[in-house]
Amino acid sequence: MSPFDASPLSPSGGAHVRSVVDEFHGDLLEVSMGPHHPSTHGVFRMIVTLDGERIVKLKPVLGYLHRNHEKIGESTSYLGSMPYTDRLDYLNAMTNNWAYALAVERLGGLAVPERAEYLRVILAELSRLQNHVCLAGFLLQDTGASGTPLMYAFREREKILELFESLSGSRMMCNFQRFGGCRTDASSEWLGQVSSLVNGFGAFLDEFEELITGNEILMARTQGVGVMKGPAAVSAGITGPMLRACGVGYDIRKVDAYGIYPRFTFRVPIGSHGDTYDRYMIRILEMRESIGILQQALRDIPAGPIMDPKAKLRGFRPKPGESYGRIEGPKGEIGFYLISDGSANPYRYRVRPPSFVNLTLLEDLCLGHTIADSVVILGSIDIVLGEVDR
Amino acid sequence: MNAAQDTGETLLERAPQALRDLLTSHLPEPWRWFANSLIAIVAILAVFGLLFAALTLAERKILGRVQNRPGPNRTGPFGLLQPIADGIKMLSKEDIVPRDADHLLHFLAPVTLLASSILAFAVIPYGRHLIPVELDAAVLYFFCVGATTELAVFMAGWSSHNKYSLLAAMRALAQLISYELPLLLSWLPVVMISGTLSTTGIVAAQSAWRWGWMPTWHVFTPWGLAGFVIFMVAALAESNRSPFDLPEAESELIAGHLTEYSGCKYVFFFMAEYFGMTALSGMAVTLFLGGWHAPLPSLEFIPSYVWFGAKLITLLMGFIWIRATFPRLRIDQLTRFAWKFLVPLALVNLGTTAFWSLSFGWTGPLLAARCTVAVILVVVPFVLLGRRLSSGLTPRTYSYAP
Repeated sequence: MSPFDASPLSPSGGAHVRSVVDEFHGDLLEVSMGPHHPSTHGVFRMIVTLDGERIVKLKPVLGYLHRNHEKIGESTSYLGSMPYTDRLDYLNAMTNNWAYALAVERLGGLAVPERAEYLRVILAELSRLQNHVCLAGFLLQDTGASGTPLMYAFREREKILELFESLSGSRMMCNFQRFGGCRTDASSEWLGQVSSLVNGFGAFLDEFEELITGNEILMARTQGVGVMKGPAAVSAGITGPMLRACGVGYDIRKVDAYGIYPRFTFRVPIGSHGDTYDRYMIRILEMRESIGILQQALRDIPAGPIMDPKAKLRGFRPKPGESYGRIEGPKGEIGFYLISDGSANPYRYRVRPPSFVNLTLLEDLCLGHTIADSVVILGSIDIVLGEVDR
Repeated sequence: MNAAQDTGETLLERAPQALRDLLTSHLPEPWRWFANSLIAIVAILAVFGLLFAALTLAERKILGRVQNRPGPNRTGPFGLLQPIADGIKMLSKEDIVPRDADHLLHFLAPVTLLASSILAFAVIPYGRHLIPVELDAAVLYFFCVGATTELAVFMAGWSSHNKYSLLAAMRALAQLISYELPLLLSWLPVVMISGTLSTTGIVAAQSAWRWGWMPTWHVFTPWGLAGFVIFMVAALAESNRSPFDLPEAESELIAGHLTEYSGCKYVFFFMAEYFGMTALSGMAVTLFLGGWHAPLPSLEFIPSYVWFGAKLITLLMGFIWIRATFPRLRIDQLTRFAWKFLVPLALVNLGTTAFWSLSFGWTGPLLAARCTVAVILVVVPFVLLGRRLSSGLTPRTYSYAP
């Protein structure tokens, strides 16, 4: 038992200015980082206890953005919940939509036309590209790279968001997927635009990596920082790039083979150290794989309908039962669990948010590192508070 | 002292002097030195105040261009009035002092910092006849005044009664003390070679031309190049610039010791940072880059202060370029870099300089040996220490799941 356990730290941390006397280490300093802090990626709060600059205790405080998402889902129709899912992980509306649509399709036994499946893959991979490029930019900003990588990243992200906007009408709140297909069809011009973006993306990644990946300061700041071991990650339920950076090759696109992913050839990059640098690099490598998937999908996309004719969007009443739909979102396993009692609203609507689950190991990753590292580690976890707090 | 003096000086070269004399010549003799000093002070404040304004704009513009965006372009043509708009905004802001802050120290910190950074301008020779104060120990004075910044930053961090400020103050102390040493060690060779602590004397020691065209600036010698690089790296850290901007690291410490400052006091800190950066660059120009001397004998018709300004601005642009490029170090890496890399390197450089000084008269094959030994003495420690510093940091290769 560390001497710290006996100290009268109140978990609520109401008083912000407090130091705790520790007979072995001298004074500890408790700093409340957040909810108003430039680097907590939203209204997230970390109560950090510092011994000098070293973290001896870190307590995440969540819930500042809680808005009853799941309860609202239970009193809303199946279709009505679709735009709400945009607001979970507001960087990745497309994948949230898809996961929810998948859950409802399994509940209602709906099939998805070929073209819609291709569109979903294209949009999900575009979503992954813009999420990962954002993450790389934010992470480098957290290491103090003065905005240059962030601006480069946002230039590319903006191009993808413009494609989302021209297809769905909204840059981020896309509300695009429907159970049984998609809302609008993509024109051939739009697909051509995607094609030219995808073909240029590899060159952008090369430029980005040229700028920063080999930088010695970046390696010093991220290598060996926030090391997570594979078994710990698995038992904590970590998914997505976070898990793969620890060397566990678990990708739901491969494991579940949902949608039409088995048709595409792509590889799943895995790290060996599980540190922040690996988490950064895994995302860069995943973007390169996504480019391959996108090129294959754009080459093969067939013509045809985009909605299952059996699908009934309004007044949809599935038979009583339960279903779980999950996909490999950019941040990890995004899943929706639904129980139907035969009425127009789900009896239970439950979200499995990847950011929230990935965040659970934050303290273990940060202990022993400095306060500057905690910001970088948090950045490498890739959280969106809309999804964490729901 | 210089070839240009024999050929007579251009009107422009003498212009600042002549202008001053015009203003003060009608004063009685006892008052003249006072008026002269006053004019020098006003000139420094005006020139470097304007340079500060231009520099903030240049920094934002250049950062913008580096980052694929236009930078400020709404106030005036090409955003040229942006510094004025910024100034009006900052000065009209409310001055907020935290209730529990130490009011006196909270007020004194920015004043001390700004005053000491302005004092540093006193001993830099800006041109052939442009040195505000002739001191025998000018270099010593410069770095003594510069050391006050540590006190001021700590005052700011301590008095703000804010935990981020306190952490920043501790960081600032660790950083400034760590980098004070390599900074001082890096210019000692210059004093060893030129045999004087006077800035005028140091510039004079770099006035000759080798082979009739190559300037004998200290930076063109092996020890001088090493000293210059160490000096500039330490200057980056001393002026809290990226990648050593830890005391105000916004990703973790909000704004560090500036967190609780607003309005005019914030401007003081901001000005002091830029003044400090400018003064250190000016000192680097004086110590290593030949001061106000032209880079080629044929270019000496251009007034000396223009050359000084050109070199100064080149160095300042380097500061901005570095800021746009590098991530920030961590505090332990920062101090390790100082103590395990810069300090040993600077100490070895003292030895190199001693050798260079001993072998002064060598000619023929001995001259080649002199240069070779000096280069080896600089490069080998650099490579060995650098390899130790970055051991274990490599780009990685990744495998793919089966």
